[in-house]
Amino acid sequence: MPPDTLEFEEPIAVLLKEVEALSMMESTPERIREIAALNRRVESIRGDLYARLTPWQRVLVARHPARPSVLDYVNRLFTEFTEIYGDRRFADDHAIVTGMARYKDQPVLVVGHHKGGRDTKQKIFRNFGYARPEGYRKALRAMRLAEKFRRPIIAFIDTPAAYPGVESEERGISEAIALNLREMFALEVPILVVVHGEGGSGGALGIAIGDRILMHEFAIYSVIPPEGCAAILWRDSNRKVEASEALKLTAPDLMAVGIIDEIVPEPIGGAHTNLDAAASLLDTALDRALRTVSAVPADERLDARYRKFRAMGSVGIIEQGA
Amino acid sequence: MAWFKKSRKPIAPSAAEKPSRVPEGLWVKCPGCAQIIYSKELETNLNVCPKCAHHFRIGSLERLKSFFDGEWTEHFANLASTDPLQFTDTKPYRGRLESSQAATGMKDAVVVGSGRMDGLHIVIAAMEYSFIGGSMGVVVGEKITRAAELALERRVPLIVVACSGGARMMEGALSLMQMAKVSAALSRLDREGVPFISVLTDPTTGGVTASFAMLGDLNIAEPMALIGFAGPRVIEQTIRQKLPEGFQRSEFLLEHGMLDLIVDRRDLKATIGRALRFMEPRPVDQGRSAGPSGHARPS
Ligand SMILES: [Zn+2]
Repeated sequence: MPPDTLEFEEPIAVLLKEVEALSMMESTPERIREIAALNRRVESIRGDLYARLTPWQRVLVARHPARPSVLDYVNRLFTEFTEIYGDRRFADDHAIVTGMARYKDQPVLVVGHHKGGRDTKQKIFRNFGYARPEGYRKALRAMRLAEKFRRPIIAFIDTPAAYPGVESEERGISEAIALNLREMFALEVPILVVVHGEGGSGGALGIAIGDRILMHEFAIYSVIPPEGCAAILWRDSNRKVEASEALKLTAPDLMAVGIIDEIVPEPIGGAHTNLDAAASLLDTALDRALRTVSAVPADERLDARYRKFRAMGSVGIIEQGA
Repeated sequence: MAWFKKSRKPIAPSAAEKPSRVPEGLWVKCPGCAQIIYSKELETNLNVCPKCAHHFRIGSLERLKSFFDGEWTEHFANLASTDPLQFTDTKPYRGRLESSQAATGMKDAVVVGSGRMDGLHIVIAAMEYSFIGGSMGVVVGEKITRAAELALERRVPLIVVACSGGARMMEGALSLMQMAKVSAALSRLDREGVPFISVLTDPTTGGVTASFAMLGDLNIAEPMALIGFAGPRVIEQTIRQKLPEGFQRSEFLLEHGMLDLIVDRRDLKATIGRALRFMEPRPVDQGRSAGPSGHARPS
């Protein structure tokens, strides 16, 4: 299978192999026509597949190794990105990236998880996007910088989870996430959150409090990975497909219960098939959202942010007689 | 149920069966020191072993009773989950809810009460481990948020006693968002200078630890409580090593600077009482209007 195709894309993979084989042969008008026809079939099948992805297939797309990272979007949509490092307490956590940048000619602060992409060395360097306490503390330090100088914050969410290791516990991963949750409700500057990949539980939420929560069409956002949920509730991690359905972790599901505000469309076949197109689609949504939240006075924005999260879960509560 | 059920006086309008984790019967073998203890003696000792100070897990109502001076009022007791995701694993979540409700007499995993402790007006939320592992779903999140809002409105201290395995996965991302919701309410308390004491008991893990349990003006744990973000098994699978002795216990967290203090359950009320007197508004502040101007924000 070509490296970019997922298990459910096998019909595409077969055709792509044919295209590859034909491309290696001597080019003739007939072969060119054949390749073009095959590519049209690929696009058509891809369109069909992606029009009705199952929750588990969305999990695979959201975790695709070629899924654009925060830096892929920053490089395409932002200018003058200046990364800053470290939590001024313990270390620099490479699983969370932050820095100053310009967006639409306006200074903003960018913060986001980074899984490391497809390169093994990069993945290890980034700890596969599993941030440790110092990552969350670096993020808060940077966000306070934005607060001090009145610059909007744009947070990119893509992590499997906070790092479940001994040193995370020793250095207070719980406290680091908890403090971010509390303090992000007190930051007066606009905060936009983009869940563009994997919204992995508390590790995602730790930098995901904001005024507008955007989520990519094929991204996921969940309280627990489907494998973990299956292992606990079904006592069998192979039941991950069922768990992914039960958890309601897709963008449309989360939109329906008011956890996200907007779904960012992706190119057919997912953001990884066309990074430029994906960036351009995000640009439209981001620009609009930033204008909307920036137009509101700070105190009203803080109040609206509170009420937005305050309402989460109300759909699941009834008042019963004693 | 054991004989001691009858001896209990009703302590709240909706007082439920005591969901105590103390084994039933007249005699109990202590897992700490293996001694045989008379149940009655254990009960009058706040379910702490008189021989070795092992802390037995206690239920939410017993917890509230141990804090309040006398009468207290329960709040928001009628809130219940609708099973918003219509979640089914090996059995329907609705069924799990119903059997937990039948077993505990509670609608979900937290009880909120207000009353006096050491003479001071307070609001307390205590989690109930015997209700689906004390997990935090939409009802737990809502009730603790309302408890915080009530404390803010009355300008009285909030105490939350955590005892929870974390988020309730059968309510999906809605349960995750309760971490944010409760933290938002605590952000307001923090800004307004209203005291919040977090009491961490065995166990306090997952999303509960990574939100309100770690946000106290004081974070106080009972001895030997399991406190952490990731579960020990998950960590072992990640690092492929045995975890060190005492890892994620109260004493481990204290040693790493993550707790303010560890307090024996029998001293908890007195210790919190002293702390709350430290946190009382000074007389010079009392004439000021409520608001951030009266209290410097920590930065
Ligand atoms: Zn003992």
